[in-house]
Amino acid sequence: MNIATTIDGVPLEALHSASEAGPAPKRIVVAYGFWIFLLSDIVMFAALFASYAVLVRSTAGGPTGAQLFNQTTVAIETVCLLVSSYTCGLMSLAINSRNRLGTYLGALITLALGVAFLTLELREFADMIAHGATPQRSAFLSAFFTLVGCHGLHVTLGLVWLAVMMVQVAVMGFATSVQHRLLCFSLFWHALDIVWVGVFTVVYLMGISL
Amino acid sequence: MTDVRHDRAPGDVPSEEVQAWSPSEALVYSIGLLVALVLTATSFWVANTSMLWPGGVGLGLAVLAIAQMGVHLVFFLHLTSGPDSTNNILALAFGLLIVFVVVVGTIWIVTDLNDNMLMPSSSDAMNMRMQP
Repeated sequence: MNIATTIDGVPLEALHSASEAGPAPKRIVVAYGFWIFLLSDIVMFAALFASYAVLVRSTAGGPTGAQLFNQTTVAIETVCLLVSSYTCGLMSLAINSRNRLGTYLGALITLALGVAFLTLELREFADMIAHGATPQRSAFLSAFFTLVGCHGLHVTLGLVWLAVMMVQVAVMGFATSVQHRLLCFSLFWHALDIVWVGVFTVVYLMGISL
Repeated sequence: MTDVRHDRAPGDVPSEEVQAWSPSEALVYSIGLLVALVLTATSFWVANTSMLWPGGVGLGLAVLAIAQMGVHLVFFLHLTSGPDSTNNILALAFGLLIVFVVVVGTIWIVTDLNDNMLMPSSSDAMNMRMQP
């Protein structure tokens, strides 16, 4: 219905002028290309989610999720990532208004919250491994470490990317290419938060009520 | 870039040619954060409470997660149903189709395989040892 009205609602001359407007600006092309990359990344996560869902009961007599997961840690991790997504959004507003101080401040808070998230996650992993719940223990734990570890790896790469971007802002200022990269970074960071919503729901919350 | 005939870049704030830090955009992010926090808190409550029918908890958590993903897409990634983000929505729809096929297809097929496997014992622990 919506699509039909959009197509019908556009006058014919508007369609002509849209085709005569020429190629889209680079900002749109770059962000759209990155959007497609992110969607393929999400498809990869979907495969990991599917394998986790299939293997979640295959604990081989080892520890189950309900015995391993600490909900308080997960709640703090979730809030860290959510607020860092928010400050990342505020940072992109500061970038659009060429506000250097706001950009640095937003990046700093985003970075600090991301590091806090990673620290908590690595501590959780170390704790599990210390209790014998290594990836080799069971198919469930292999799938768990692959899925959650892959997300953690993405967060790590994102933090490195953000640090590099701040150096680029310091050196090159708000050049057009730097702005494009920052737009891609904020897309990446928001997408990671969306994946984390799936992780904490499927892995942790459904894991404790299994 | 002020040309409205062009598409909007995904994740871009709507009026990015405006130089001033307009408060309404920060407000959009703040509303998104607030709604997402409420949904997250509800998810944790649903998983821990004993007030709800246990059989429906999984479905409730799934609904809450999908709702929160939607909130993130609308408030943080600024996806709209407007004609300037049709391409973004179409790419997202295709991605979601693949995600759906991969997840549901895998669970369906493997559950079916497990059900049709002739297990020597009905004991659950036995099944689990055989699977990996």
